[in-house]
Amino acid sequence: MGIVETRDLVYEYIRRDEEGNVEGITTAVDKVNLEVAQGEFVAILGHNGSGKSTLAKHINAILNPTDGTVWVDGMDTSEEEKVWDIRQRAGMVFQNPDNQIIGQVVEEDVGFGPENMGIPTKEIWERVEESLRAVGMYEYRKHSPNKLSGGQKQRVSIAGVLAMHPKCIVLDEPTAMLDPKGRREVIRAVRGLNQVEGVTVILITHYMEEIIHADRVFVMDGGRIAMEGTPREIFSQVDKLKELRLDVPQVTMLAYELRKQGIGLQDGILTVQELADALCAERAKERTCRSF
Amino acid sequence: MLRDITLGQYYQTESVIHRLDPRVKLGGTLLYIISLFLFRNFLGYVAAAIFLGIVIRLSHVPFRFMVKGMRAILFLLLFTVVFNLFLTPGVPLVTLWKLTITREGVEMAVTIAIRLTMLIIGSSIMTLTTTPNNLTDGMEKGMHPLKWIGVPVHEVAMMMSIALRFIPILLEETDKIMKAQIARGADFESGSLIKRARALVPLLVPLFISAFRRANDLAMAMESRCYRGGEGRTKMKPLVYKGRDRIGYLCVFLYLAVSITVGRLPIF
Repeated sequence: MGIVETRDLVYEYIRRDEEGNVEGITTAVDKVNLEVAQGEFVAILGHNGSGKSTLAKHINAILNPTDGTVWVDGMDTSEEEKVWDIRQRAGMVFQNPDNQIIGQVVEEDVGFGPENMGIPTKEIWERVEESLRAVGMYEYRKHSPNKLSGGQKQRVSIAGVLAMHPKCIVLDEPTAMLDPKGRREVIRAVRGLNQVEGVTVILITHYMEEIIHADRVFVMDGGRIAMEGTPREIFSQVDKLKELRLDVPQVTMLAYELRKQGIGLQDGILTVQELADALCAERAKERTCRSF
Repeated sequence: MLRDITLGQYYQTESVIHRLDPRVKLGGTLLYIISLFLFRNFLGYVAAAIFLGIVIRLSHVPFRFMVKGMRAILFLLLFTVVFNLFLTPGVPLVTLWKLTITREGVEMAVTIAIRLTMLIIGSSIMTLTTTPNNLTDGMEKGMHPLKWIGVPVHEVAMMMSIALRFIPILLEETDKIMKAQIARGADFESGSLIKRARALVPLLVPLFISAFRRANDLAMAMESRCYRGGEGRTKMKPLVYKGRDRIGYLCVFLYLAVSITVGRLPIF
């Protein structure tokens, strides 16, 4: 069994009118089966209202399934007494950096999780130092979070989760409120965690550029998993992605359009470098043809 | 506006007073305030002023900075002084139209002015030399015994530190909403007081909504980081008394003994 597994997960929001009568039921997550192995980097992609955030909140036991089961590290999230263990194993980073920093000094905020877990003081300091170093925020440890940029705040939030020594980190659109520079900082930190520290990462996002480095991608639509595969497999299906109202990265889009014009490029080009190489190879081929 | 209030603002510098345990400062301030109300003659205030002066010198906080904080409560001070001056019954000194100033009134007004000024300067030394965080920590630990009579000490301390953390965020947000409303033609500056108060509604409603939303998000973030109240929590920066804290307590008690003995001598 993987670190995170869901079986036929269903979650329904019940809408009520002013008197509390049931007005309607919205199925936010609909029969989702997911399995994430230890150490994997998984991205969950979807436009607004596709159910990706609702799914994320299940992994942290913030929401309980209406139907179906979620296991985190072998523990069923609907078991009341396991909730704190689950939250320690699967940490969560939220969208708004301002609304998840509790401490008034960076290091105190990072120490908040371990304090709650009842870790001895000396070890808290060790964990805080190591987590801040892992996200490259150690030199800011004495700063007030209010004076940091969005990307830096989000890295502090990640360090705060990391200090709890989780096996898995769920990031719920961590870059949605950041500028491009902050977005790059955060994604770089997340990749570092996955590759250097070996933490399982579940990244929820609607930015296509961020999923390029993922091992596996799930695309959600209307509460269901619409596509699944490696980034390359996903990006080779440009038409289907457009149908799901998702934007394809510019480079991939350009390669797709060029291919439609009859230039022989391979499927699913993800980076500028790849496209440049492919185009050069193509030109070289053309030249040799012409010289004949 | 709100930014001008020194009360509750930390002044970053290095001093003995800064390094004292917050519990010493809290206890000391409390005892100092109590002492101000026990004096029967001016000698007590002289003793308190000397003590205050020494502490201010030790704290390395510029005196100007403290006085600046006084401006915010100047109105309150004037208000109490004027009321005491005119409304205390006793031997009349001067009569202006329908108002009489009495001898007792003058005495009372002067005492109250001195008391209030010293009280505010004294307590602002505490907040100027202690980070809000340290202060809440000190309160949590210092008031721990109150837990036995059902006071939710940890929760109150946690709420205070969260409130302190969100003050700058909400101020910034107010500024943003204000600008957005001004851009749409809202007028916060002209008109009568009532009109201006009414103009604040489109500012306060979005501010409250956003504050609630933030609170909701924060609660979720705290829970997801295993927060479940004060039980079983350890401290990253536990408070431990050191040698200087004992000396601090000693100084406070010494001051208390001296000032009360002197301040209650029947000479005035």
